[in-house]
Amino acid sequence: MAEPQLLEIRGLEKSFPGVRALQGVDFTVRRGEVHALMGENGAGKSTLIKALTGVYDRDGGDSRLDGQSIRPGSPREAEALGISTVYQEVNLIPHLSVAENICLGRQPSAFGFLKWGAIHRRAERALARLDLTLDVSRQLSSFSIAIQQMVALARALDVDAKLLILDEPTSSLDENEVAELFKVMRKLRTEGLGIVFVTHFLDQVYSVTDRITVLRNGKHVGEYATTELPRLELVARMIGKDVSEVEKMNHPPADAAAPPAAAAPFLEVANFGRKGSIYPLDLSVKPGEVVGLAGLLGSGRTEIARLIFGVDRADSGVLKIDGQTVTINNPRDALKQRIAFTAEDRKVDGIIPNLSIRENIVLALQASRGPWARIGRAEQNALADRFIKALGVKTPGPEQLIKNLSGGNQQKVLLGRWLATEPKLFILDEPTRGIDVGAKAEIEKLIASLRKQGLAILFISSELEEVVRDSQRVIILRDRRKVGELAAEQISEQAIMQMIAAPTGESQAVLHPSS
Amino acid sequence: MNVLSDLLFWAVFAGGLFALRQQRIFWPLLALALLLLFNNLFTPYFFNLEIRNGYLYGSRIDILNQGAKVMLVSLGMTLVIATGGVDLSVGAVMALAGAVAARLMVVDGHGFTTAFFGAIFVALLCGAWNGALVAYLGIQPIIATLILMVAGRGIAQLVSDGQIINFADPTMVFLGNGHLLGLPFTLTIVLALLAATWMLTRRTALGLFIEAVGDNPTASRYSGVNARLVTFLAYLFTGLCSGLAGLVAASNIKSADANHAGLYLELDAILAVVVGGTALTGGRFYLVGSLVGALLIQTLTTTMYARNVSADIAPMPKALVIIAVCLLQSEKARRYLSRFTRRPATPPALPSPAVAPSVIASPAQP
Repeated sequence: MAEPQLLEIRGLEKSFPGVRALQGVDFTVRRGEVHALMGENGAGKSTLIKALTGVYDRDGGDSRLDGQSIRPGSPREAEALGISTVYQEVNLIPHLSVAENICLGRQPSAFGFLKWGAIHRRAERALARLDLTLDVSRQLSSFSIAIQQMVALARALDVDAKLLILDEPTSSLDENEVAELFKVMRKLRTEGLGIVFVTHFLDQVYSVTDRITVLRNGKHVGEYATTELPRLELVARMIGKDVSEVEKMNHPPADAAAPPAAAAPFLEVANFGRKGSIYPLDLSVKPGEVVGLAGLLGSGRTEIARLIFGVDRADSGVLKIDGQTVTINNPRDALKQRIAFTAEDRKVDGIIPNLSIRENIVLALQASRGPWARIGRAEQNALADRFIKALGVKTPGPEQLIKNLSGGNQQKVLLGRWLATEPKLFILDEPTRGIDVGAKAEIEKLIASLRKQGLAILFISSELEEVVRDSQRVIILRDRRKVGELAAEQISEQAIMQMIAAPTGESQAVLHPSS
Repeated sequence: MNVLSDLLFWAVFAGGLFALRQQRIFWPLLALALLLLFNNLFTPYFFNLEIRNGYLYGSRIDILNQGAKVMLVSLGMTLVIATGGVDLSVGAVMALAGAVAARLMVVDGHGFTTAFFGAIFVALLCGAWNGALVAYLGIQPIIATLILMVAGRGIAQLVSDGQIINFADPTMVFLGNGHLLGLPFTLTIVLALLAATWMLTRRTALGLFIEAVGDNPTASRYSGVNARLVTFLAYLFTGLCSGLAGLVAASNIKSADANHAGLYLELDAILAVVVGGTALTGGRFYLVGSLVGALLIQTLTTTMYARNVSADIAPMPKALVIIAVCLLQSEKARRYLSRFTRRPATPPALPSPAVAPSVIASPAQP
């Protein structure tokens, strides 16, 4: 029989209260390969990695490293077994020197005293393996993020790693730095290391990996050789569609025949962007129009919303409201321009958990009127009743604390909070995430009716079906760039997926709509 | 007469407790009732109430009068804590306000009005300083207010030239020693400030904003709330409260003592707020709860005096009562407690069969 695989996971199970995060997942990594672990948010990638590195204990299944059954109880134990991890955020101590960071926790010492010479030599050796020469006595924070990432990598390799896990290591690097990292990854591959590579960037998957494992909703979808899995197919696997099926259901968006949007856009941005967040792009939304933003997670969808709403400040481009150039420095400015925004993360950026539904509904309207012009209790009650009824919030009454509601009902209250301000542009970031099917349908219906009332809507969703169904125009993003725009009859899931999957360079020329 | 007035007192108190049994304030109020009941039964003269020269005298009146300073400060502290912060400088600001007033009157020869508004102005400046550091420079509240906590007394020393300044201005003396309608005038000040605080927070939207910012700052910002302004105003207002308390403290002893005025009062004020039901993590706040908390703390102190407990060990029983109140408020602790109180009903049913097999099994095993 052949030599055992480097890593072999069979039927891995892991549940959290209310969620089966991993359901019988298989995962195999060979020596000397870079293996991409792909899946949308919530697919189970991080749970798998955490189970592998000893952060979580598994509920069932088996994992073998070099044929030996392993069950690390902590990241330290996993490290001792030869499994090292480099995380998305540099996970080092900025005020210590490079050498200290590399050797921390395993410093060569004698009689309790540190052997500084040995520490520095060891750090230099570890860096040399990455073809890197640094002054290891310098403070880590004095180096660029890219170098810090390399130091983290050196630290991970310093423990005689057999298996290296890179969890989105490229998200804070620029293109040259990414190329540098890939060079190192290819070198390590030839040394016989198995590398697990987690990323949201498709281009990177195709430029550096040998094989791909796709997870979806905690289940193993399949394992493929990178060269044999076309991009379109990979995207289809990740979001759970069959390509042939997708090709067939190239249906026109609902309501395409609805009243035409007004001629002049309400919102118009040109060359609008922010370094490290989203490359400059153009975008406009007319009253009575839903513009969908499509792209994989991390493609820059939320970043655009945050820029327009003033949560982050743009460092290039102009923003026009009704043709007038305006500056939006914070959400208060956005509110003054009658822009509303429901954020992706309801719990963190949306609800005020310990306040009542009534208070949560009046908050934005009250903020726009300022602290001194209090909305009277009678008006508050009327507003709360109106939106509870109009949006179908299921609650015993308006004085219920919002934290006691289900996700879908919380979302409706938040929509009510913004509708109370009578917005002209509504930015909806994943308004249907994590809520049940019934509430989803109601929210989609609401979007359509708001549009007919003349609102401009910017709609962000990772569910392509929704984007196709609800939008009059769709803007496609990939790797923090706008890569295309589709209007009316051009909109289909397949067309969007092709743009998401197209390799960089080609897309701008080929897929930009001719209109 | 005394028995009758005691009975009337308890009838009113019990009625109040019953009416508020669903409210957050019930638990501190219950603790206060228990402590008073203990004194009523076991501490001689504690419940004596007499009228001398048309003024009411007695331990309960003392508690209202002596507790005024903590009550005044706790109103501002409630708002600061509701934003998720804390103000450690209140005691030092009190000392500074007293020193400024005394100096303006005695050294510089100004009248009461100038002294009063001068002191309040300086206290507001202190509040503005704290608020600016926390809200606009993003310094952690503990550190930001620690600056004035330490430096405030030094500034007060400079203002008073290191002296204890005695004054005799009748209006100034009236603030902390006068009477209105037979009751100490300090009570009027407390009630007036309570009314003002209530108007400021509940008749405007500031209260809603403070609670929103304290509960979820990010979501409040996303909703367009000017979180910085709200936080700033909370500290500014606490400056005003501390200034008033400082004037009362100076008036009580007819002098400004930069070293001792309001010493450790910040701790009592924080305690009063927490006992009153406002969480240190911010969010919902309870103004009247804080006043009850302040009264509870003052009742404890007065009880210690009345029972001749030495000042050195007095903090200990005080700490025990406060732990008890905090436990009463914690829903987790109450649930745990109720499991114990319900136990007498269950033991005969449950443990006996569970115990029996093991008793039988163990000798059989070898």
